[in-house]
Amino acid sequence: MQEIMKQAKLKAEELLTKGVVNRVIGWTEGDFSYDCSPATFTLDNLDKFVYTEFCGANLSKYLIEESKKEGKILVFLKPCDTYSFNQLIQEHRIKRENIYVVGIECRGKVDIDKLRAFGIDGVLGCKTEGDKLICDTIYGEKTVDKVDVMLEKCLSCKGKKHVVYDELIGEEVVEEPKDRFGMVAQLEAMTEDERYKFWQNELSKCIRCNACRNVCPACSCVHCVFDNPDSNIASKANTDRFEEKLYHIIRAWHVAGRCTDCGECSRVCPQGIPLHLINRKFIKDMNEFYGEYQAGEDTETKAPLNSYTFGDREPHEFDTKEGK
Amino acid sequence: MMKISLKNLPELYSFIAKKNDLYLPIFKAGQVDFAKWDKDAIVDLNKLKTTKSAKDVFFPQSQDLVRFEVDGKKISIDEPIMPTNKQVIFGVKACDNRSFELLDMAFVEDYPDTFYEMRRANTTIVTLACAKPDEACFCKAYGIDAADPKGDVSTWIVDGYLHWMPNTDKGIELTTEVKDFFELDMDNSAVENQQSEIRAIIDRLPYSNIDLSKFTPDKLLELFNSPKWKALSEACLGCGTCTFVCPTCQCYDVKDFKTKTGVQRFKCWDSCMFADFTKCAHGNTRPSQMQRYRQRFMHKLVYFPSNHDGVYSCVGCGRCVQKCPQMLNIVKVIKTLGEDK
Amino acid sequence: MRKEPLIPGIGVVTDIRRDTPDVKTFRVVGLDGKKPFEHIPGQCAFLSMPGIGEALFSITSSPTNTEYMEFSIKKCGCVTEWLHQIEVGQQITIRGPYGNGFPVETDFKGKDLVFIAGGIGLAPLRSIINYVRDKRENYGKVTIIYGSRSDDDLVDYEEIKNEWVNEPDFSVYLTIDRETPTWDGHVGFVPNYVKEVGLDNTATAVLCGPPIMIKFTLANLQELGFKTNQIFTTLELKMKCAIGKCGRCNVGDKYVCKDGPVFRCDQLNELPNEY
Repeated sequence: MQEIMKQAKLKAEELLTKGVVNRVIGWTEGDFSYDCSPATFTLDNLDKFVYTEFCGANLSKYLIEESKKEGKILVFLKPCDTYSFNQLIQEHRIKRENIYVVGIECRGKVDIDKLRAFGIDGVLGCKTEGDKLICDTIYGEKTVDKVDVMLEKCLSCKGKKHVVYDELIGEEVVEEPKDRFGMVAQLEAMTEDERYKFWQNELSKCIRCNACRNVCPACSCVHCVFDNPDSNIASKANTDRFEEKLYHIIRAWHVAGRCTDCGECSRVCPQGIPLHLINRKFIKDMNEFYGEYQAGEDTETKAPLNSYTFGDREPHEFDTKEGK
Repeated sequence: MMKISLKNLPELYSFIAKKNDLYLPIFKAGQVDFAKWDKDAIVDLNKLKTTKSAKDVFFPQSQDLVRFEVDGKKISIDEPIMPTNKQVIFGVKACDNRSFELLDMAFVEDYPDTFYEMRRANTTIVTLACAKPDEACFCKAYGIDAADPKGDVSTWIVDGYLHWMPNTDKGIELTTEVKDFFELDMDNSAVENQQSEIRAIIDRLPYSNIDLSKFTPDKLLELFNSPKWKALSEACLGCGTCTFVCPTCQCYDVKDFKTKTGVQRFKCWDSCMFADFTKCAHGNTRPSQMQRYRQRFMHKLVYFPSNHDGVYSCVGCGRCVQKCPQMLNIVKVIKTLGEDK
Repeated sequence: MRKEPLIPGIGVVTDIRRDTPDVKTFRVVGLDGKKPFEHIPGQCAFLSMPGIGEALFSITSSPTNTEYMEFSIKKCGCVTEWLHQIEVGQQITIRGPYGNGFPVETDFKGKDLVFIAGGIGLAPLRSIINYVRDKRENYGKVTIIYGSRSDDDLVDYEEIKNEWVNEPDFSVYLTIDRETPTWDGHVGFVPNYVKEVGLDNTATAVLCGPPIMIKFTLANLQELGFKTNQIFTTLELKMKCAIGKCGRCNVGDKYVCKDGPVFRCDQLNELPNEY
């Protein structure tokens, strides 16, 4: 990781110095390794650039605003982030010509909340050694298997291949894509009541902070329907049990076919709601109904919901399995 | 002082809940938050920080204000039902307990918020010392002692016992009601030992001695106009996580909800981070996220102290440090603006 | 038990007057037919229609009016649009009064007063102007400079034309932005007119209007020798509670709802430029 970070920093320095780009978007250091934030850099603050096991944040959505600005920006994208990037290109949300994409190697990112749930409190700093994560805490040094504390999105990684880049840093790790639909299948196997209870329990924790929406690269509307004061649903609090579900279900519908399954919604949820499962259910259904499709894999293929063919299944054909 | 074995706590909860709405840190779908206790609830007193703060007990996320019925040109008003239930909130940490004093300043001074005031009057607060503070805690910077959490009753969990000490009349009243569940505890040494351990840990925490000296009302314009806000706020998503988990954030919105038979006007948490917070028919006074971000921290570190004898509107609970999706937080603001140019 | 401050009372609209194409003046009384509450000039009230929304308006009528309250309201958002389509007899909700109001019993007493307004900015000033008319002995000379886009857009024109101009020791200067066939008075922007009418710079000035007008008028007044502590203005920001709690109408550490809406310009200069 140290080596990749060094290379990335050198690359940024080189492209800034040569004037290929006038700024860089990456991650800036925090106080405890886990608290690095997205940030833009020039040569003045590049010393604060980091790339660590905690750089889970997907930087592609920032490009909507950044690529409108003067000059070219270098962005570091992890393999999964490149899918969001392509999707934003397809939706004409970002200006490709103003962006220099450096694909950066990723071996899975760590979830600080999982680390805490694992009983590791007071984390002051962490480093990876092989498959282990060594944590310096106020209660002494603790070691965990990295796989036990990885972000959900990394446990169901789409693969370590960058689907778009101008240049690559690090190795293209060859890895079998992981099973993404196991939990969705489990939910499908539940009875209607069990499934309702599961979601009731999860969604009742929602505090309507809108972090899931605001971080989502597919949620790129300039004005969101939920911000319309006349909608009667623009509450900052869920006024009833109906609304707490409505918000997430409408959002899932709106990003259906455009969601690349980048997993940011679940990563940012302060209440740990597995929001990605709603989106994954849509992806699984669309794969089954219309054939395999991965949003953001390229910038040309039309999404199944945006393209009609005579072979498409008709709505009544979906009612074959009860209540799913 | 008195003590009760931890294994007898469910009986104590059950007894308190007979006459009161009892709020405890309760585990639900992977998170621990203050919620109303019932016999099936999974109580987690070991959790250092509930995801949300304890403010909900006095300042719920949404509060019905008044109901209207509209008939042609006529409007009738149904007065609201006031929250008259007696409440006990159990397991409040020192930082959250201090936040209630700050909320009092906001809600009870001038035009008192009657819902808040009534809940405050009806509630007995049982605090709990923080046996295991974490890296993001900085209550000490605000003069809060996590080892002596105050409230109406202070408690400490040491070696399988909950040690109980009433501090106020309300605390004594609750203690009298529940005393049969407790045994006398003549030896304070267990609690005192834990207190010194806690204080020793807190002294070592990286944020305990964070320097707030730069944040004084006379620096208002200098801090407001600092060029550093741009970089500080650039990753901000404009979500409401920090404000909604914060124990001292108290901004709210007033909204109408059309029901089948009338209109329910309610008050709900709002966030100065939201784009529409200051938006009105003739424009928006804080159109950029940088301005909204600056507002939140200027309020906590300068405006609130300016209006309340220098008291900061932050208790150092560290929730924003741990919960911001992009890891922005008040400590980064304090450090960046507090450092000399 | 104390009354919850966010719960309004009911008011009845007893008269609606169209002042300009987009401004109407509403007369409001309580259910008992009396004035809803007492106020001082410059204070505001929250009006609402359940289900539409609640919005803050300055009280246009003078406190010396003992029978009713008036609000001059420009159509520009949800609540105002709704108000513009109602008929006499409609009930609305009302709560107030809010804010500090103008210092009519202290700073303004015995002073010559200059009122400068643009467009709907006359609404809060009409309250104090009529108050000064009714308590004439307490104040010196009064100069009113009022401008609008066109003669059609002059709010309360009938009252100005028939009453204010005839008041002893009142000088009224009206102007419109661009010439119209029906107007034979002064044409030009308010800030420039302020320099032309020959103001005495020992007077106290009160400004209200769109931000751009305030900005240039302020500069021109200072050029004429007015000090910032002689100039008052009134602000308008989004509010939900009007009691200093909802958190959105602050300018720096001051809340427009309870520390304002009236500010003296030297006080305003010490606050961040976020209004």
